[in-house]
Amino acid sequence: MRDAHGIQAEALVRDFKGGIRAVDAIDLEVAPGEIYGFLGPNGAGKSTTVHMLTTLLPPTSGSARVAGFDVVREGARVRAAIGAALQEAALDPLLTGREHLRLQTALHGMPKAQRRQRSQALLERVGLTEAADRKVKTYSGGMKRRLDLALALVHEPSILFLDEPTTGLDPQSRNALWSEVARLARDDGVTVFLTTQYLEEADVLADRVGIIDHGRIVAAGTPEALKAEIGRPSVEAIPADPADLSAVERTLVRFGAPVPGSPKGASVRLDGGEEALADVVRAFDAEGLHLQHLQLHAPTLDDVFLAKTGRSLEGAGDELDAEPEPEAEPAPARA
Amino acid sequence: MRSFASVALGVAWRGIHNAFTNPSILLPSLLFPLFFFTAFAGGLSRVSDVPGFDFPAGYTAFQFVFVFLQSAAFGGIFNGFAIARDFESGFARRLLLAAPRRTGIIAGYALVALVRWAATAAVVFGVALASGMEVLGDPAELFALVLLGLLVNVAALLWAAGVAMRFRTLQAGPLMQVPVFLTLFLAPVYVPLELLDGWIHAVASVNPATFLLEAGRGLFAGEPTEVGVAFAIALGAVALLTLWALRGLRSAESAG
Amino acid sequence: MLVLQVAHLARRSVVRTLRQPLNVVPSFLFPLILLAVNVGGLESAARIPGFPADSYLDFALAFTFMQGALFATTNAGTDLARDIQTGFLNRLALTPMRSAALLLGQLAGVIALALLQATLYLTVGLIAGVRPESGVLGVFLIVFLGVLIALAFGAVGAFLALRTGSGEAIQALFPLFFVFLFLSSMNLPRNLIEIEWFRVVATVNPVSYLIEGIRSLIITGWDAQALALGFGLAAGIATLALAAAGVALRGRLARA
Repeated sequence: MRDAHGIQAEALVRDFKGGIRAVDAIDLEVAPGEIYGFLGPNGAGKSTTVHMLTTLLPPTSGSARVAGFDVVREGARVRAAIGAALQEAALDPLLTGREHLRLQTALHGMPKAQRRQRSQALLERVGLTEAADRKVKTYSGGMKRRLDLALALVHEPSILFLDEPTTGLDPQSRNALWSEVARLARDDGVTVFLTTQYLEEADVLADRVGIIDHGRIVAAGTPEALKAEIGRPSVEAIPADPADLSAVERTLVRFGAPVPGSPKGASVRLDGGEEALADVVRAFDAEGLHLQHLQLHAPTLDDVFLAKTGRSLEGAGDELDAEPEPEAEPAPARA
Repeated sequence: MRSFASVALGVAWRGIHNAFTNPSILLPSLLFPLFFFTAFAGGLSRVSDVPGFDFPAGYTAFQFVFVFLQSAAFGGIFNGFAIARDFESGFARRLLLAAPRRTGIIAGYALVALVRWAATAAVVFGVALASGMEVLGDPAELFALVLLGLLVNVAALLWAAGVAMRFRTLQAGPLMQVPVFLTLFLAPVYVPLELLDGWIHAVASVNPATFLLEAGRGLFAGEPTEVGVAFAIALGAVALLTLWALRGLRSAESAG
Repeated sequence: MLVLQVAHLARRSVVRTLRQPLNVVPSFLFPLILLAVNVGGLESAARIPGFPADSYLDFALAFTFMQGALFATTNAGTDLARDIQTGFLNRLALTPMRSAALLLGQLAGVIALALLQATLYLTVGLIAGVRPESGVLGVFLIVFLGVLIALAFGAVGAFLALRTGSGEAIQALFPLFFVFLFLSSMNLPRNLIEIEWFRVVATVNPVSYLIEGIRSLIITGWDAQALALGFGLAAGIATLALAAAGVALRGRLARA
């Protein structure tokens, strides 16, 4: 079902007990039919944001509209329009895959004949037909994630929330999930709000990306635009003779500022861009330095994160506590 | 020998430290026997009016001995839970890797069980005395009762350890508990053996726990009876269950 | 719509309950084992002057229903706590499901189990020679009251699960509930409890009246006061616990 409204959040805040501000006045906008990647390290506020947008957690202040409905005042209508596969697979280990779908379709008020049909169609779509009648506790992690996605799609939502959907999956399962998400957006016009801590996932899937750190959005835009902001590529050189490392460093640093890289070599961000690579090669040649390895690296979203926060994304999560468990707060009644 | 002792003492130190610095570990093993003592001695005291009940030290003492031995048995079982938990968390693998003499690990857990039970027994005894319980046995007889309790504690620990090391999961808890529970309760818990009727009398007559209980009560009342048989049963159980536990250790080792 | 939702969630609850034999089987067997042990050990208590029944089995059968109810508390509580911990509650919260449907559906599993338990206990009792003084109608009332008590305790378990969100907390409370059962007229009628403080506790403990309600149908016949107290307290606890669980559920859904 094509979404016509998308997602809008304005000055969205969520505080927890102990003065913890997990989400700090974020603004975001997701266009209908777009795949929006919400990228950040562990504890940045991604899941809290998702919980607010899916009406599971009331915001402390600010507002958000999902599929055209206010998340606080029109919660039931938001829930009718969205599907969510959250960070936990949220399955009952004692029920089979088919029983999960039966329950989900029934709770969404589908007539009996339609339930069976819809369940079967979804099982086929996520490749779980053979395992459908086995209890979920026998499923692998990838199978659980696929069932989770199927359950989120039961009522053909126009907006889909996926909270770290591929964490812990093997590469094959991950690729399969990516294909399905891309297809949903492309063919069915579903708006997808995807949180992830994997750069590659945001890069490959997302039309636009928001990067969150310590509860604030530090960058937003298309992956290409964000990387272009950083601009220049980096080059990494590893000498054939480890004794030449200092000489390699001295040579390379003439072409740009050093950046972190392999401990066996040297890396700099090229002031002259890609075109400077030829000069770099000529310089090494002139110095008589033989290289084992020379590579040009295009800017990554990690470089974007590094530029905005001073830290690398892949390591930033270790510094942060996990997002706190939601505690009781005077909350608006569930609409 | 030195490495056996160092392993045993190391494991024991950890278990004792954890138990005495974590109320959630220590308190249940202290409170449960007190609760049973209260419920049985307090709630069932009129049972002493049953014709034929003639325990010299009174019903409170009669129940105290049962609770004393029951706490010893269940103290061993609770430590079996701790062993199972160690396997589930992976800590046991660390112990197996580090210990030069792995049998010392079992000895260490047994030491923990003994120390914990000593604390429990002291508390229960204190409360029973404070409630006016009569003690008719002399110091040697009481010492023999304590020894009996120690053997029961170790036997129960060895049983539970064998189960824990074979299954390596807390889900085996009921398998540790239920046989011990049944053994204890199919003995003369509420009244002496001669006042039991029917099938329960038949079962209790051959139940090894009955001999331990009757001997214990006799020691406490200053009228020791079948003490030799009781100690033979207890020592025999310890010997057999040591083999059970050692084979459990081998099972755990081969599982990796 | 609410009725349909309750039906679907009830179906899930019943299926889930029956698929956990390690939880279900003990709730059937343990009370019967304890009954056998207690009856065997305390049969002579029926000879205490003033004891209200000819056979201790007639007196003690009522207690199995209470024990079954205790298992209902922990099963209902841990199932719901698991839903919270796995995030399944969030999944349900994202559907048009009404809060009341979740609670009522959840308790359907408790009711189904309680019905089977009550039937089993009563059947075993009848085979063993129990003849309820209240006749055939009384038998139905025994089952009904047994189920009502299980529902009340199940609702307590659900409330605790929704407040704590933790299965471990529910399991940790199990011993506390057990204490409540023992500090009642479970083993002897209140007027035969000799120790005063114990008698006072048993008198104020609502569990005593729940047991006595069922017991009266077996050993007395139609005791209006006992029935009024038993049914009244069961219904009262059920109502309060359901209301509390409802409030706790609304709070949990609003915040998570």
